[in-house]
Amino acid sequence: MNSIHDLGGMHGLGAIAAETNEPPFHEPWEGRAAGILEVMTFPAGFTVDRFRYLRETLRPDLYLTQSYYEQWLYIAEQALLEAGMIAPDELAAGRVAPGGDRRDDAMRAGTVWGFLHDRGNSARDLPAAPRFASGQQVRARNVQPVGHTRLPRYARGKTGHVIRLHGGHVLPDASAHGGGECPQHLYTVAFAARELWGEAAHARDTIHLDLWESYLEPA
Amino acid sequence: MSPHDHHHHDHGEPGLGEHHHIHSKLPSDPALRVKALESLLTEKGLVDPATIDAWVETYESKIGPRIGARVVARAWVDSEFKRRLLADATKTLDEIDLLGNQGQHMVAVENTPQLHNMVVCTLCSCYPLPLLGLPPSWYKSAPYRSRVVIDPRGVLKEFGVELPAETKIRVWDSTAEVRYLVVPQRPNGSDGMSEEQLAALVTRDSMIGTGLVSLT
Repeated sequence: MNSIHDLGGMHGLGAIAAETNEPPFHEPWEGRAAGILEVMTFPAGFTVDRFRYLRETLRPDLYLTQSYYEQWLYIAEQALLEAGMIAPDELAAGRVAPGGDRRDDAMRAGTVWGFLHDRGNSARDLPAAPRFASGQQVRARNVQPVGHTRLPRYARGKTGHVIRLHGGHVLPDASAHGGGECPQHLYTVAFAARELWGEAAHARDTIHLDLWESYLEPA
Repeated sequence: MSPHDHHHHDHGEPGLGEHHHIHSKLPSDPALRVKALESLLTEKGLVDPATIDAWVETYESKIGPRIGARVVARAWVDSEFKRRLLADATKTLDEIDLLGNQGQHMVAVENTPQLHNMVVCTLCSCYPLPLLGLPPSWYKSAPYRSRVVIDPRGVLKEFGVELPAETKIRVWDSTAEVRYLVVPQRPNGSDGMSEEQLAALVTRDSMIGTGLVSLT
């Protein structure tokens, strides 16, 4: 979706505020919010892509002004609400409604390390051969998906060349919306800075993006 | 089954309807909101507070940029390791058990006097967690994400790094599940140093590409 999360190339967002010796969490609640979203019993079909999509549905003014982990809290609430695992009045009360479901299969502390170690492999074997070869010129499609996508606006319609093939990977555009994994070949595509930003960009600089096959067409 | 298990959607996706409405009834203080959510989920058996403790402790004290720094230092002293890391970081890091959540598919890129690599995620905050831990706030912030792709040299200047005009810059926008580790240049004058001493010099920012490694 064409919203505020797609930030590449925007102006006017201010100076970069780097903090010396920044702790992982500034307040204990930040760690709790992040931890809940990481280790809670996931709704069926909850994927990293759904996670990212839910964050993108934040109102743009809130996306720019809420703290990062407040956004994670929103994602956890949304994911559980949309799956019907919690009800709005339960969330407001912080208590299970009378007669509400209880389960006993929550993730246990001893399994966190193994969970983090194994989680998140998005590579999938694909019988189909890749459509594009290393070195080939490709154009990122000029498309405006209303759902989740990982093709930033700044690359759409632009021409680059394939520098690496990654094999099949789960397609976020499908996985974010309950559409299954629909794996496709994934490519790293190099774009000249001048192709993306015009003649004022440095002649030798390049921007590299990882793009799925359906994002690309021969150029 | 409670009536609340039948939570109907009037529309296919969130963004406009009831889920937003509920937020007007929640406390505005995120600390209170988290507390309420944790209580609710604990009571429902959807989360175990001890598991949240373990997750927090993992990223507060076990997984952080010292892991990546050791990989870089080893690449500096062991040319065969460096060759394999640059050729196939996923396989090479798997051999030393350093893959994991948000870092199952790795690419390592080397900075040289001719070429400077920088990493960003313009669309969210993708970051090689198993090697660098949780990302700093600036990496997740709108100013960095918006500008590094269009003005990498201006961003570097803000970090106090000025590169010669003839140095090429490559910016890697982490748009998929591939995560990037920058292998910074080994500083001049570090010839006699041990791998451990070298690892202590390697900063988090140098492995993102917004910093250089120096002896001090």
